[in-house]
Amino acid sequence: MTSLLFLIPAALALGGFGLAAFLWALNSGQYEDLEGAALRVLDDADITPERRRGD
Amino acid sequence: MTIEPREADFAVQGVTCAACIGTIERAVAALPGAPSGRLNYATRRLRVRWLDEAFDPAEVTRALATLGYRARPFALGTLEREDAEQRQFLLRCLAVAGFAAMNVMLLSVSIWAGEASGIDAATRDMFHWISALIALPAAIYAGRPFFRSAARALRARSLNMDVPISVGVTLALGLSVVETARGAEHAYFDGALMLLFFLLLGRVLDAAMRAKTRSVAANLASLRVTHATRIRADGALQETLASALQPGDRLFVRPGERLAADGRVASGQSLIDDSLVTGETRGRAVGPGAQVYAGAINLSGALEIEVVAAGAGTLLDEIERLLENATAAKSRYVRLADRAARYYGPVVHVAALLSALGWLLAGASWHDALVVAISVLIITCPCAVALAVPAVQVVVAGRLFREGVLLNRGDAIERLAEADTIVFDKTGTLTLPEPALEGDVAPELADVAARLALSSHHPLARTLSRRAQGHAPFAEVEETPSRGVRAMIEGVEARLGALDYCGVGEAENGLDEGLSRVGFRWGERTAVFGLRQALRSDAIATLAVLRRRGYSIEILSGDSGPAVAEVARALGVTQFSGDLKPADKVARLRTLAERGARVLMVGDGINDAPALAAAHVSMSPASAADLAQNVADAVFLGEGLAAVAQALTAGRRARAAMRQNLWIAAAYNVLALPLAASGHLTPILAAAAMSGSSLLVTLNALRVRGRVGQAKTQAEPGPGFTALETAA
Repeated sequence: MTSLLFLIPAALALGGFGLAAFLWALNSGQYEDLEGAALRVLDDADITPERRRGD
Repeated sequence: MTIEPREADFAVQGVTCAACIGTIERAVAALPGAPSGRLNYATRRLRVRWLDEAFDPAEVTRALATLGYRARPFALGTLEREDAEQRQFLLRCLAVAGFAAMNVMLLSVSIWAGEASGIDAATRDMFHWISALIALPAAIYAGRPFFRSAARALRARSLNMDVPISVGVTLALGLSVVETARGAEHAYFDGALMLLFFLLLGRVLDAAMRAKTRSVAANLASLRVTHATRIRADGALQETLASALQPGDRLFVRPGERLAADGRVASGQSLIDDSLVTGETRGRAVGPGAQVYAGAINLSGALEIEVVAAGAGTLLDEIERLLENATAAKSRYVRLADRAARYYGPVVHVAALLSALGWLLAGASWHDALVVAISVLIITCPCAVALAVPAVQVVVAGRLFREGVLLNRGDAIERLAEADTIVFDKTGTLTLPEPALEGDVAPELADVAARLALSSHHPLARTLSRRAQGHAPFAEVEETPSRGVRAMIEGVEARLGALDYCGVGEAENGLDEGLSRVGFRWGERTAVFGLRQALRSDAIATLAVLRRRGYSIEILSGDSGPAVAEVARALGVTQFSGDLKPADKVARLRTLAERGARVLMVGDGINDAPALAAAHVSMSPASAADLAQNVADAVFLGEGLAAVAQALTAGRRARAAMRQNLWIAAAYNVLALPLAASGHLTPILAAAAMSGSSLLVTLNALRVRGRVGQAKTQAEPGPGFTALETAA
């Protein structure tokens, strides 16, 4: 039974961490442009030609 | 003095791929004054921020135009901003409810498993207390949308769905705490939180649907947002955004331009068209010192205006707010769900009372009778009833959205279903908002003329320039107001405008009399374009379909009587009247309403706005004035009127599905109630019943998806395209 003493707080802390991460993402505007976020990753104009050859 | 970054929003047309994002943002960053831009791909909006005062936001429009994008300045409306805030609020509530429901469920499952393997009472009680610790604050936080709405309804002495929801959640939590304190076997923390989670999910979906509609409609409306010409301190003229104006600025207003702000005339004499503000269509003569309002059109002479109020302070904005209030009055309409709630609440509460009395008479203790009564309230807590209507709304709105009908208000669907009379405005609604192009012109010549037309401010040029959409305008185009535009193209002078301005002879293309003509000359080659006001291509077919379905149809127009009669004859409409002022239209709608007709008003003009607000339900084409679009319950895209028929069909089917859903929810309650009243309700059963009925209702709503699609083929217009001449 003593295992419950740290398992329950651990479960709550993990859930709370997820909740905090979601609220942070929401407040920093990350849910405002879901389509754009998916497309921005494809933009490779920031990669210099030398680096592209190196990869 | 600290420098605050200024910002301006633009609606951008032509964004189609991932590469556009980078291209546009880099183009903005390369402008002098070092602004920074961020493009929102989902809403197709660009936000530009800059620190340098010399930076002119109109540069952005120009820079993007050379890349082939059309960027229009854009001001976020109050409604849209409130919607965005509400959505964030609902998402936060949803997140908290989800977190709490998961953790409480974790504990509940342990207890249920423990019951089989012999959990000891102390551990169970501890789990219940931990559940309470999580559930109570979470429910207080996440339940606010329901509690607030319920409180509002009660203050107005009415009942809506949120009242039984709030009562159910509160009682479930209260009973659970009492039972936990007594060390009892059952607690309902999980059920209460799951209920909140499901309901919030529905609300979030609903809000997302509305937000998408609003943003598309607002982007379209921004087509009309104007630039203003500011007179700088050194006397130079500077094009600037209407939204960036401040009181004290001086504006230069050319004839034919719309005023961007409220102000006083500083110098100049002119006639002003105040019809937008006062409804008076005759011009008003103004001179130095006269008060003028945003939205008025300067008719004759150039004016210098000193800005008194700009942006949110203008009279135009005030009118928009007044209209918002008028629209709020319409929300007195009792929605189907709330009508159901009116019966639902009392029935459930009486059932709970009766089962408690029954147990008391049968000799049970006060405590046991009370537990039974509360479990009746929990099991009948209207999860399915509350989902019944929004689920259908979301599905139908999504379907209509793909077919080009954007709903401004969720309950518009229900009101569409009730409509039995349809009143059309004429100009811009039955006829196309822009005249149709006629004339036999060589394609390469027409292409050049269209690109030249991009630089003109004349209304007729808008139609011509359609052909050049996506092309950049020519450089260094010179415009002579109310005459035409000219530019050097490939070393040869090209002119577009009045026939004599271009040196083009009369009627050499064999065009009919009564057409508006635009001349074009490029070196030695000439052309004449004819512009004609035409009926929407499917107007005749759509009206025939609507008549066949038994709707009575009427045309109310501000246009002259004979012009209206001609359109009515072409469409086979017998009920029509012309020469109507906005107030007359409203009066006519009142008369119809008094006779018991439920009117669908379809209109596009600013003069239609009051009628749109007064009608039982209203629709407006996407080409409509922003004011009309804001007031209308639905906005339809595209050239055709078929969307009106589609929306009406969708409304009827949706209402049928809503009714089915309400009956499903009621049937579930009838089945579950005896279980609760006989004292056999366990938390597992409550959880299963709640999710089961919600699922059933959602699945039924999804069925409507396919059925609205079939309706489309029925309303498909025939081929009859009719060009119709209407005397202006």
